[in-house]
Amino acid sequence: MSVDQAEIEKIAQLARIRVAPTDIAELTERITGILEMVDQMQAVDTTGVEPLANPLNASQRLREDRVTESDRHAEFQAIAPATEADLYLVPKVID
Amino acid sequence: MSQPTLAELSRRLGEGAVSSVELTRDYLDRIEAQDAALNSVITVTAEQALAEAEAADARRAAGESGPLLGIPLLHKDIFCTAGVRTSCGSKMLDNFVPPYDATAVARLKAAGAVTLGKTNCDEFAMGSSNENSFYGPARNPWDTDRVPGGSSGGSAAAVAAGFAAGATGTDTGGSIRQPAALCGITGLKPTYGRVSRLGMVAFASSLDQGGPLAATAEDCALLLQAMAGFDAADSTSAEREVDDYSATLDGDLNGLRIGLPKEYFGDGLDPGIEAAVRAALAEYEAQGAELVEISLPHTHLAVPAYYVIAPAEASTNLSRYDGVRYGYRCDDPQDLNDLYTRTREEAFGAEVKRRILVGTYALSAGYYDAYYRKAQQIRRLIQQDFLAAFDSVDLIMGPTTPHPAWALGEKVNDPVAMYLEDIYTLSVNLAGLPGMSVPAGFVNELPVGLQLIGPHFGEARLLNAAHRFQQATDWHTRRPAL
Repeated sequence: MSVDQAEIEKIAQLARIRVAPTDIAELTERITGILEMVDQMQAVDTTGVEPLANPLNASQRLREDRVTESDRHAEFQAIAPATEADLYLVPKVID
Repeated sequence: MSQPTLAELSRRLGEGAVSSVELTRDYLDRIEAQDAALNSVITVTAEQALAEAEAADARRAAGESGPLLGIPLLHKDIFCTAGVRTSCGSKMLDNFVPPYDATAVARLKAAGAVTLGKTNCDEFAMGSSNENSFYGPARNPWDTDRVPGGSSGGSAAAVAAGFAAGATGTDTGGSIRQPAALCGITGLKPTYGRVSRLGMVAFASSLDQGGPLAATAEDCALLLQAMAGFDAADSTSAEREVDDYSATLDGDLNGLRIGLPKEYFGDGLDPGIEAAVRAALAEYEAQGAELVEISLPHTHLAVPAYYVIAPAEASTNLSRYDGVRYGYRCDDPQDLNDLYTRTREEAFGAEVKRRILVGTYALSAGYYDAYYRKAQQIRRLIQQDFLAAFDSVDLIMGPTTPHPAWALGEKVNDPVAMYLEDIYTLSVNLAGLPGMSVPAGFVNELPVGLQLIGPHFGEARLLNAAHRFQQATDWHTRRPAL
């Protein structure tokens, strides 16, 4: 399946990646190439085949609902680009 | 000095013939003198390594012993190391210093291993040539104009060059086995769930596995022994006893049934590689193994299915890089959307962006059934092929790669051609099986890898078969001249 530039722009917005206007044509061509290769799958009849999500057919292991972690927010926030009063700073969202 | 194996160094340390500090200095000197030509190490942790070596020597002096006590290693720069920058080969994490160790690293440290530094890799482990690294490509020590393979290219190049006794790597579609093959060393990708993924920065969570790269199967057994095991902090970790891998290395191979998938010996395989692999198989026959032709009929669908599943999972995993909590942040963001989109534009490389976009497409409304669900159904068919084969054979063997190491730059503008280089390794990850690559000869003076594939949790059988081959051959002892 081929994709057009408008679709690439839409996907890029969904993925929150800015694509420079000068890059969009080449990116569209490369992604079309990948999707055409991937389309070999469509020739296979998979009716009734159960999808395999975990190679050991395992389901998510749950743990007891109790506190196991200590408070390490200072360590974790020490590597953040911007914090104030133990909060992460981002540009203003609401005027 | 010649390059002793990890097991030999372990014996020398045990006999008191050498100290960990001496070994560590020796490796650090070699990295400093020779890595400019290879670019295999991103970060050298010399001071910390010498402190760890002193601590290991003190533990030994106090009566402790253990095969990895004082053994210097390198870690792929995708394993979190407390206090040491963990870049994943990306501008996004160029400034990221994690506050904790990955479980695999912590276990090796607890066993007394010394960390020399962190190795180069494709950005977030996405690549087959190590050319997708923010720090520039690592180079193949057999020919520095050629790629070392990827994504664990730095680990493989460094071990082949004698910069460490062993290294860690990760394998999502061949990223341990393929660079091991291209650099002429031994590498093992364990069964999914065997080695904890905690602190191993995620690429595709249903495929990623950590494992060892070293000179020999005997060395890989020692490393895997320490790395493997249940970790309650990884929800996909296997709750299963770890075998004693060293104990069964010498078992004889009489009557071993080896399946040869006819799909792995068809069009597209370099004739020189085929000849080397056939010669290796003849050695197995000479040791009493039986060669059986088998079929894995869905092999041709592994690349398409993988390039839906891996990008889909990557697009989800890499959504965490948002410029807010850690890592890169663009300058002067105008609003939240600008912060996200420009941070990710500026700090992700071209291949990572392509995969995130392909994955986002495959998971987006209207395409999920045609892509992601379809790929998971094909994944089931691929696994069923293997499970059926293992009803009648003990191991599967074939080439690790269709070609030897290619020239730097040769495939960078053709992603699909690069993807096809992993044709023999991807399906092993899709099925969650353990696989190894062992040196099996040369073609045009470039190393060739023999791939061994085992049933789930069959690591001991793989290591046994690889070790017996290495007892009878000397390909694993060949080292490049630097």
